[in-house]
Amino acid sequence: MSDSQTTTLQPAHQHHDPSLLVQFDSADQQKDASQFGMWVFLITEIMFFGGLFGAYLIYRNLYNPAFVAASTSIDIRLGAVNTVVLICSSLTMAMGVHSAALGARKLLVFWLVATLVLGGVFLGIKAVEYHEKYVEHHIPGANFDFNYERVKNGEQPVPADVATQTSIFFALYFAMTGMHAMHMIIGAGILIFLIWRAYKGAYPPHHYTMVENFGLYWHFVDIIWIFLFPLLYLVSRSPVH
Amino acid sequence: MLPQYFPLFPESASTMSTRVDALYFFILGITIFFTMLVGLLILVFATKYRKEKHPVPVQIHGSIPLEIFWTLVPLGIAMVIFAWGAVLFFQEMHPPKSAMDIYGVGKQWMWKFQHPGGQREINNLHVPVGKAVRMTLISQDVLHSFYVPAFRAQMDVIPGRYTTVWFEATKPGTYHLFCNQYCGTKHSGMVGEVTAMSPDDYQEWLRGAGAFGSLATEGQKVFASMGCPTCHTGADNARGPNLYNLYGRMVRTEDNRTVLADEGYIRESILNPSSKIVYGFQNIMPTFQGQLNEDEMIQIIEYIKSLTYNGQLLQLQTNTQQEPPVNLNKIQQGVDVTKPGTNQNPAPRTSAVPVTEEAAPAPPSTPPAKQNAPKQPRGAAPQARPNGSQVEQR
Amino acid sequence: MSTATQNSLALEMPSDTYLNSSYGVKSWFLTGDHKRIAVMYIVSISLMFLLGGIFATLVRLELLTPQGDLFQSDTYNKLFTMHGVVMVFGFLVPSIPVTLGNFLIPIMVGARDLAFPKINLASWYIYIIGMAFMLAAIISGGVDTGWTFYTPLSTQYLTTHVMFTAIGILIAGFSSIFTGLNFIVTVHRMRAPGMTWFRLPLFVWANYAASIIMVLGTPVLAITLILVALERGLGIGIFNPAMGGDPVLFQHLFWFYSHPAVYIMILPGFGVISEIIPCFARKRIFGYSAIAFSSIAIAVFGFLVWAHHMFIAGISTYSALIFSFVTFLVAIPSAIKVFNWTATLYKGSIHFDTPMLYALAFIGLFTIGGLTGLFLGAIGVDVHVTATYFVVAHFHYVMVGGMLVAYLAGMHFWWPKMTGRMYPEAPAKLSALIVFIGFNLTFFPQFILGYMGMPRRYHSYPPEFQVLNVLSSAGASVLAVGLLMPMFYMLWSLKYGEVAGNNPYRATGLEWQTTSPPPTHNFHETPIVTQEAYDYESQTEEVEVVG
Repeated sequence: MSDSQTTTLQPAHQHHDPSLLVQFDSADQQKDASQFGMWVFLITEIMFFGGLFGAYLIYRNLYNPAFVAASTSIDIRLGAVNTVVLICSSLTMAMGVHSAALGARKLLVFWLVATLVLGGVFLGIKAVEYHEKYVEHHIPGANFDFNYERVKNGEQPVPADVATQTSIFFALYFAMTGMHAMHMIIGAGILIFLIWRAYKGAYPPHHYTMVENFGLYWHFVDIIWIFLFPLLYLVSRSPVH
Repeated sequence: MLPQYFPLFPESASTMSTRVDALYFFILGITIFFTMLVGLLILVFATKYRKEKHPVPVQIHGSIPLEIFWTLVPLGIAMVIFAWGAVLFFQEMHPPKSAMDIYGVGKQWMWKFQHPGGQREINNLHVPVGKAVRMTLISQDVLHSFYVPAFRAQMDVIPGRYTTVWFEATKPGTYHLFCNQYCGTKHSGMVGEVTAMSPDDYQEWLRGAGAFGSLATEGQKVFASMGCPTCHTGADNARGPNLYNLYGRMVRTEDNRTVLADEGYIRESILNPSSKIVYGFQNIMPTFQGQLNEDEMIQIIEYIKSLTYNGQLLQLQTNTQQEPPVNLNKIQQGVDVTKPGTNQNPAPRTSAVPVTEEAAPAPPSTPPAKQNAPKQPRGAAPQARPNGSQVEQR
Repeated sequence: MSTATQNSLALEMPSDTYLNSSYGVKSWFLTGDHKRIAVMYIVSISLMFLLGGIFATLVRLELLTPQGDLFQSDTYNKLFTMHGVVMVFGFLVPSIPVTLGNFLIPIMVGARDLAFPKINLASWYIYIIGMAFMLAAIISGGVDTGWTFYTPLSTQYLTTHVMFTAIGILIAGFSSIFTGLNFIVTVHRMRAPGMTWFRLPLFVWANYAASIIMVLGTPVLAITLILVALERGLGIGIFNPAMGGDPVLFQHLFWFYSHPAVYIMILPGFGVISEIIPCFARKRIFGYSAIAFSSIAIAVFGFLVWAHHMFIAGISTYSALIFSFVTFLVAIPSAIKVFNWTATLYKGSIHFDTPMLYALAFIGLFTIGGLTGLFLGAIGVDVHVTATYFVVAHFHYVMVGGMLVAYLAGMHFWWPKMTGRMYPEAPAKLSALIVFIGFNLTFFPQFILGYMGMPRRYHSYPPEFQVLNVLSSAGASVLAVGLLMPMFYMLWSLKYGEVAGNNPYRATGLEWQTTSPPPTHNFHETPIVTQEAYDYESQTEEVEVVG
């Protein structure tokens, strides 16, 4: 190429490291690019959940008494336990990334399995919660009856129009926690894959980007829960309100 | 086969039409100017600098002054258009105080209109020329849109809450009414005609339109049949607020907000009473969701609007072009403005909870079919609220 | 290759290109090569465009007469819905980014491929799956919600295949997100040595800005579709007033994506024009920074105007005013671009090759389309023209007169680079002219119809609107001819077109430094960039260089 715009420095083809993909010039560039890509993806996830958070905020403002009544009716203990479980799973995930950086393969597998187990605990508790909702007639749709549980517990039933509005709370509750759980399930699936690959030694210290990126994803899913928990379970629970 | 006559511009039949057209022509002028400018420049440059005539190009980087110029000039023009459009929009959204009400319910795929005198129309709407008409609209199912091109008036019609649009016809004639929000199979069949008539013709039409009874009369029947008088007796210690003089007032709620008692407020109070509890009352009103159709809702609203002292229909206190018939400050302070002399001198506003327990605001001479008319004579004992707070506006 | 060789008549196709580096179905369907993926996308979106065009033809046929006499109402409703859905999600949103963007961006930044080739391939498959769902919906009876599928009509009242369509769009949205993600990372991290941000071609800036929108906006569409599916499938009531929901909330969520989506469509078109005008005026672009920054400004402001589609939807007066104000702000960067392109022509040396004809047409048509947006942004007038044919005319001017024309311009400009062959110039210029005439004849009458009050999505209409409708349908047939012609002569050129050589237009840009078609890894040697973009000074025809 004799044209003025470019001169050349090195041949375009160099493959020394089998894990270096052809489009990248160096392992650093590859790692950098893939992490940057994961961050961009997480931003899209923020926008995804953002729509739901926006809807929740609008309706909460519009139907405050209904949302307060509904929010106090869900079991805060299960939610709190889940929060602790998820935070611990973020810890185990971070430990896993650390192990990978150190080249400790067995430890990496251990931490990944621990993360998977904790994730499973979270999902299990979620299933229990959902079942509880089903039993309490809190699932919006034909069987929805907010006052059923309140009357059963001897509490004052809320007025009928407020009861109708609580179904919006539960619709958003299921949409938000359901989307979150779906992200966890996908994460669990990827974790299983990672555990298998880690066991095979696919993540040596110079190439564990995949683990690191997945760690980012897992922490993000955790952070979404950290927002969900207060918004759905905690706000307006204090009797002073 | 093809029509002999095809218009290229819509008729202009309302007070707003000419104003909308004025802004339209202004923007059209700007559009034509800039299109011509850009088009001409392209043609001139392409011709003058075509490669045969101008083989060697001159490399020009750019010019900051030029960039600033052609940023600020369009910005300025855009702001003018924005401001003009905003002013126009305000006018379009705020009907004059003298506007008469007509109610419209849209449903797949027809329009039902109700005049306050009870006259009903399907798909056709008769309105008087020279009088502002405020349409209060709601849908029974999906989104629709009430659109009369000749009036330059359009508003979406939504299920679950009222929207309003107003117009004042300026010349008699028949104008298209379109549904302009896609609503399913017969969307393009949901059309009708707005017939504007001279005021005399309109009165004659009203007389001949075979109304059963005015909306307010019908509304009173619905009101009674729903059991509303049980709580809204208008008496002392009634479980529900007195509905007399309610419409058009500012209402104070349990959580210390003040809201305007308009059509939307009344509807919401019937369907979602818990949203706004009037100050000093308990949250015990049941919801009537599913028990009233839109027609009945409109009738009840008209009935409540008719509950005034002096028999005058109060207008919405939304603009101050005209002296309000009652002194709003006084009402907010709980003063009984039906007593002679109280409307003249505004009392100083205090920030504290309004003070007094004055004589009860006596209801007007009872409306016809008076099952629920409060029985108090004028000058009765003070109306104390159950928890001892002030006599409150309702 | 020397200049002499380039100018000689006996050019040969290069021996080692991305097209002939490997053969077989698997080498295409499992490729990581961004250029092959771009070609697969070109085929796919062309097919979707044809399908959308067929629906449009049927719509315009029906509208020849005031009565709804060609189709039943439900069928007609399905036709315009599917025209919109297929065109928007199957053609317009992917369009330039996935075809020209995929092909050119790595080359333009001096890389061997995009950052994530596998994700690029995945995005194509995801697009195909999304389109398959949409086609399934169409074949099994169609959907008649309107492409905007407002609630509660779409969630509670219609019995057509809303779910299939919604799922199809949801899936196609992920394709869009992956493409945008890939572009952003590529532009940030894969630029060749010396390729600073301000040496990037404006096509890259434009696609970068569009990618930001893709990445930030599309997820909101995803959640909106999921909520519609939940509402429709499970009756959760979030858009149902009887259950406390609000139908207008849907509109906010929908337009929060769908307005920025139109900037996804048009920004890459701007990028194409920014490449073509300097090349065929033989001079650097006027106001490079202004055009670059205005692309970013459009991407940012584009997220703040969504409710200008909802001025009469029942939103508050004050919020309507804010949205109107920002709408006028977002118009300004586009105006700046138009002025800069026009100024680029000044004292240039204008060549009238087909891409330039399309580019000049773009400037004119986009100016009209953009200015008619002012009518819609001014709420006082919008109250009258919203949801009428005025809006239809406006968006077709910017989408067809703007984006599609830019797409055609770009396809013609880079056709030699992608295929190694020149298209035949005479039919190309003829079809450009036919497109221009047909387009204006189709859509200009619709402005008049709209101001007169003809609503959109109407199957039958009052008779006084007929003449303009007939004009519009006549124009549509002309436009169809103009748009079909390229399909023929472009395919013809693949076998019989003149061999192009590396740089038939003597354009600047890294893509023109490599062979036509390029080799699989784009460059034989990694380029180092030392010059600014659009350095047409050193590309002048004459021997003397006037300084």
